[in-house]
Amino acid sequence: MEGVLSILVGIFFAVSIYLMMSRYTIRIMLGVAALSNAVNLLIFTSGRLMREVPPIIPEGASVPAMPTANPLPQALILTAIVISFSFLAFLLVLAYRAYQELGTDDITQMRVAEPADEDLPPVSY
Amino acid sequence: MALEFGGGLNLALATPFAAAVVAPYLKRLMGHNVAWLLALMPAGIFVYLCQFIGTVATSGHGVHITPLEWLPQYGIQYSLFVDGLSLVFALLISGIGTLIILYSGGYMKGHADQGRFFSFMFLFMGSMIGVVLADNLMTLFIYWELTSITSFLLIGFNHKEERSRRAALQALIVTGGGGLALLAGLLMMYQAGGTMEMSELLTRGDVLRDNGHYGAMLLLILGGAFTKSAQFPFHYWLRNAMEAPTPVSAYLHSATMVKAGVYLLMRVHPVMGDTTLWMTILPIFGAITLIMGTWMSLRQTDLKLTLAYTTIASLGLLVMLVGTSNETAITGAVVYLFAHALFKGGFFMIVGTIDHEAGTRDVTRLGGLRNAMPVSFYAAVACALSMGGIWPFIGFIAKEEMYLGLLGTNLPALLLTLAAVLGNAMMFGAAFVVALKPFLGEEVHTPKHAHEGPVLLVAGPVTLASLGLLAMLFGDFVGAELLRPMANAVHGHHGHLQIGIGAVHVNFAFMLSLITIALGVGFYFRYEAIRSTRGVLIRTLGEGPDSFFDIFIAGLVRFSARTMRLLQSGNMEVYLAATFATIALALIVPMIVFDELPDWPQFPDLYIYEWSTLGLAVVGLYALIVAKTRLTAIVSLGIQGFAVALIFLLFGAPDLSFTQFMVETLAVVIIALIMNRLSLKEHDKRPPQQVMVDASLSILVGLGFCLLLMSVTQGAFDRHLSDFFTDYSRVIAHGRNIVNVIIVDFRGFDTLGEIAVVTITALCVHTLTLGTGRSGLKSKFFKNKSSGFDEATSGQKGAE
Repeated sequence: MEGVLSILVGIFFAVSIYLMMSRYTIRIMLGVAALSNAVNLLIFTSGRLMREVPPIIPEGASVPAMPTANPLPQALILTAIVISFSFLAFLLVLAYRAYQELGTDDITQMRVAEPADEDLPPVSY
Repeated sequence: MALEFGGGLNLALATPFAAAVVAPYLKRLMGHNVAWLLALMPAGIFVYLCQFIGTVATSGHGVHITPLEWLPQYGIQYSLFVDGLSLVFALLISGIGTLIILYSGGYMKGHADQGRFFSFMFLFMGSMIGVVLADNLMTLFIYWELTSITSFLLIGFNHKEERSRRAALQALIVTGGGGLALLAGLLMMYQAGGTMEMSELLTRGDVLRDNGHYGAMLLLILGGAFTKSAQFPFHYWLRNAMEAPTPVSAYLHSATMVKAGVYLLMRVHPVMGDTTLWMTILPIFGAITLIMGTWMSLRQTDLKLTLAYTTIASLGLLVMLVGTSNETAITGAVVYLFAHALFKGGFFMIVGTIDHEAGTRDVTRLGGLRNAMPVSFYAAVACALSMGGIWPFIGFIAKEEMYLGLLGTNLPALLLTLAAVLGNAMMFGAAFVVALKPFLGEEVHTPKHAHEGPVLLVAGPVTLASLGLLAMLFGDFVGAELLRPMANAVHGHHGHLQIGIGAVHVNFAFMLSLITIALGVGFYFRYEAIRSTRGVLIRTLGEGPDSFFDIFIAGLVRFSARTMRLLQSGNMEVYLAATFATIALALIVPMIVFDELPDWPQFPDLYIYEWSTLGLAVVGLYALIVAKTRLTAIVSLGIQGFAVALIFLLFGAPDLSFTQFMVETLAVVIIALIMNRLSLKEHDKRPPQQVMVDASLSILVGLGFCLLLMSVTQGAFDRHLSDFFTDYSRVIAHGRNIVNVIIVDFRGFDTLGEIAVVTITALCVHTLTLGTGRSGLKSKFFKNKSSGFDEATSGQKGAE
């Protein structure tokens, strides 16, 4: 079961990284969105899989009656999902603003911080 | 003994640093006369150090004080020790320091930054005393570097002049670079000798000489010593350091700091000297520096530069003498070092006074000052007599001893004797050029009306000049109590040395002295002629390295700029490709190297709905890659997100599933909003070879994570932590939903952090969107919106 999920995680990573290596910000954003799913699935699978038994303690008992899914990766992923979503939102707005300010969504033309034809530093003391 | 002196010595070393802190405030209160008060501090150190003279001279070995532990596991501690060598140096530093502080009071009078100048001087003084008193190699290194830094600050004191900045930077780069070599050399000494304490190392005999890495060790130590003591080809920084105010030149760049390299050579001589390598490198470089320095000194018209080149030459002479490893020659070096500190420090101050009072220090524009400045004149003559090695000044003994030591019948000894005679003769000429030319002859109109300097300015030179004579009058004391213990510390055993008025022996050395003086008189009278000769070779040796420094620095700046442009090309595709390639390598290579590749997984036993969920995710991803229109892209992003949510649901994580559904929905909405304004280009516009590279890179990373996850899940699983949460979530935290209990209870702080992150990103998003209402952008915004709309409809048409 984990084996097939591992392959799926691999595909997730490959697709998101392929998208992130695009020149256009919007494709990079799509890649980032997919990347967070890739990472979450990676954490989820590494905590081992168990079908359909959520980690919930029945009423009146102090521990679950039978083995449940691993609660720890779930807690970690829950945090990760929210954070990656907020960052995705931030990146999207940033990309949009960059497009507005620079008039392009092509990252090879976004050279404000590191201009391509920058002069060499002066040689004096 | 240790306890008796320990606290006091540490205090003595801390005093200059304390004085550096208070000096600017005191200056503000008292004006330039604060020098009288401030000079009490180094004078106090001097008097305190005098206590050690008797102990050191009689005991024959150093006085140790209780060390302060620092990193005991590496033998690094703060430890000091006083022996004959370090004591004479420390006395010179504090004694001349006292006079220099007085002199600075007069010389820098009225300068806006005089307080800061005092502060830097004291910082230097403390560091320099630390260098000579340090026992632990790391203590030595730290003080050594501190002298380089304070020298940088003092040379660049007139930091508004480009020449000063260049000279300061040059000094820092040369001596700092040498310091790095020294660090490596000291560490090798530690490795080879097995101790960080210099005094301990000195008792270990041949352990360093017999070490297999002796050659490298020596070269590294010499790298430190030669740069600091301005040996050819590193001498140029010392010449340029004359940009500093004259008190600095007198103190750092003639009397004390530049001797740190010679000090180091003398210090390690008992354990590293007396080898073929030592006796080859040191005399050769010393002799070249001596001849080049004296010749260049005769060519200068600026008196300060004349003195600077004679200082370089004197340092060369000292290195040459130490390099012979001959007992008498080393005794000569010790006496010469002592004499040099006195006469050269005095000389610099006199030249400073001339510059200060007459307004120039160009020898061609000076003359006949003997009536206007009689005290300076007599002091200058006394300094010149000592420098020229004329009886009854201490310089005489130095020259006799060095000739006695150098004399020999083999060719190298003859050559070195020749170099010494020639060098000393030219030095004699230069000394009298400085001492006589400005004072004798007809009175020349100078930029300022010349008159004798105030007490603050003449006190130092007069004291130092007369000490050159007094040292001979009290020759018994100076010889037996100061210089003989110092010489013993350098050659490692007891020798003899006689100083005094009566110490004149008519021998071969005496003949050489007479020849030196005769030649020197010749050089003095041929001075103008020498100045106008071409002397191509010497000039190339003398000035070549300086222009090389400019080329080197320019090359370094260009090289770093080019390297940075190569590594930081500004192209994000390159950055990303490099990052992902590194990730792929980091994932795959170790697994192959350590043979930890996972087994081939068994065909999984999944239900049909599970297969279809996984298939859905793959379809979503595929569509995401090939999507040509906005709508397809958004829909396929949603598909893979919801497929992940379904996976969570199927494998016992309803909370995750629920959150994922919400988040994916929101993400799709936001992306749709943004995308409406950005156009998704139909083609990714990657050329085929780019597609190949990107695809193989991403497949490699994907494969890496896939293999990593497989091999992790095939291994043993530690449920320890999960079991803890499962067992205690009801009992301790009274919650039945374990995941929720972990988030809000067990890892509550983590969740707080998460909330903070979300808040901050929300604030950032808000701030970024504030700017969208600006008028200039608005038109673009709308234009783009409409074009995006067109594209959306065309996309829909395409989908249909």
